[in-house]
Amino acid sequence: MASNINQDCLYSQSHEWVRVEGDTAYAGITDYAQSQLSDIVYVELPEVGTTYAQGDNFAVVESVKAASDCYLSLSGEIIEVNEALESEPELVNSDPYGKGWFVRLAIADASEIEGLMSPSDYAEFVAKAEEEGGH
Amino acid sequence: MAKTLLYDRHVALDGRMVSFAGWELPVQYAAGPKAEHLAVRAQAGLFDIDHMGQLVVTGPDALPFLQAMLTADIGAIGEGEAGYALLCYADGGVVDDTFVYRLPDRFFIAINASNNEKDTRWLQAHAAGYDVQIVNVSAETYMLALQGPLSAMILAPLCSADISALQHHHAIQATVAGVPGLVSRTGYTGEDGFELYLQADGAVTAWDAIMAAGGPHGLLPIGLAARDSLRFEACMPLYGQELGPDITPLEAGLSWAVDWSKDFCGRDALLKLRLEGAARTLVAFKMLDRGVPRHEYPILSEGEVVGQVTSGMYAPTLDAFLGLGFVPTSLRRPGTEISIGIRDREHRAVVVRKPFYVPAYRRS
Repeated sequence: MASNINQDCLYSQSHEWVRVEGDTAYAGITDYAQSQLSDIVYVELPEVGTTYAQGDNFAVVESVKAASDCYLSLSGEIIEVNEALESEPELVNSDPYGKGWFVRLAIADASEIEGLMSPSDYAEFVAKAEEEGGH
Repeated sequence: MAKTLLYDRHVALDGRMVSFAGWELPVQYAAGPKAEHLAVRAQAGLFDIDHMGQLVVTGPDALPFLQAMLTADIGAIGEGEAGYALLCYADGGVVDDTFVYRLPDRFFIAINASNNEKDTRWLQAHAAGYDVQIVNVSAETYMLALQGPLSAMILAPLCSADISALQHHHAIQATVAGVPGLVSRTGYTGEDGFELYLQADGAVTAWDAIMAAGGPHGLLPIGLAARDSLRFEACMPLYGQELGPDITPLEAGLSWAVDWSKDFCGRDALLKLRLEGAARTLVAFKMLDRGVPRHEYPILSEGEVVGQVTSGMYAPTLDAFLGLGFVPTSLRRPGTEISIGIRDREHRAVVVRKPFYVPAYRRS
């Protein structure tokens, strides 16, 4: 099954997305990531005010079978977390680019944005991963 | 890696194949583990569990031999009945947990996939002096499980025998969609249901017939993830987690499956432990702080590690984060607060009564 790829987001090789809005960005995990994880039962989010460097482990997604680390694609300070995920972690499955967002951050270094994958690059990347997955 | 005869069926149903005890089996199908779990609680689910092992024990000394090897009173199992029993090492550790069926001409024993060869060797190594034959029949036996409240309704029209009157823990020889085998009213989910031990060459025929008959009633194929969460809610032990060579039946809360009035391998060690009292006990717990406890996470009391989680997960029927684990016996009482170390942070939990989910056949 082809994964949904949001055209307004930028992507990482570890299947996280960011959507840049001015000097802030929303971040979450991609449709491909949620479909691989299957039913998500808990998301451990960071505290507002925490500062991360690019590539830092900032959240943990718990699916039925396993706990998986999530990495922040951009350096910055967490200014908002999606509190709805506390009671409805399944939003990550049903709407990964919308209601299933994880955090909003204040971007520390805008130059990092250039290094992220475009939607078309990520589509190619996922197609390759799905081929290797051999479904 | 071995493939079961239903491999192509699983792939066609969007099964995500993983390796388990040397077999390629679906961890889930298209519906996902949560929906599969809830389907078994509310309607029905069909499981390919061909990886499970089976042994047949025959001969004039079959009963005394099994009495000497297994913890439970095998003599108390009537013809056409099944009973839960453990194989123990001399030191009281568990070789495997089994279901023993007494049939007119033989004993039929269902064993765990991961212990299939070990159990066969263990029994054969202790058979000297007994007039018995021990044969592993796993290859020619295909095991399916049909579980859930609608199971009997789905299975009855496919079955050559009247299964509506078949009691829990009873079994009969019958055909299912024309495939001969043993139909047993048992399971590993906490629901009413059946385990089918069929002639292997009929596996696809039986699977297709049950899927077709159950489809209109909401039957789903069920993968390993939901199989684990279903047995977990009912607090049924999983070998390698709640049971193992370093765990005794007494610590695991299975003394009800031990008959002290007879001699059996491991009895002396277990009796000593019973008199002295086990230092640790398997308890059920519920998370008070949000977080998912998992296998091998530490259990703490007053800041000290005192035990380990054996199984833990989100329980779909109860919509809670629950776990099983070993703690010092002094902490076994429901209401006792403990904590679980999840990624270097302590999360509060409380000991609760077992099981989390009372099996349907135990409710009045």
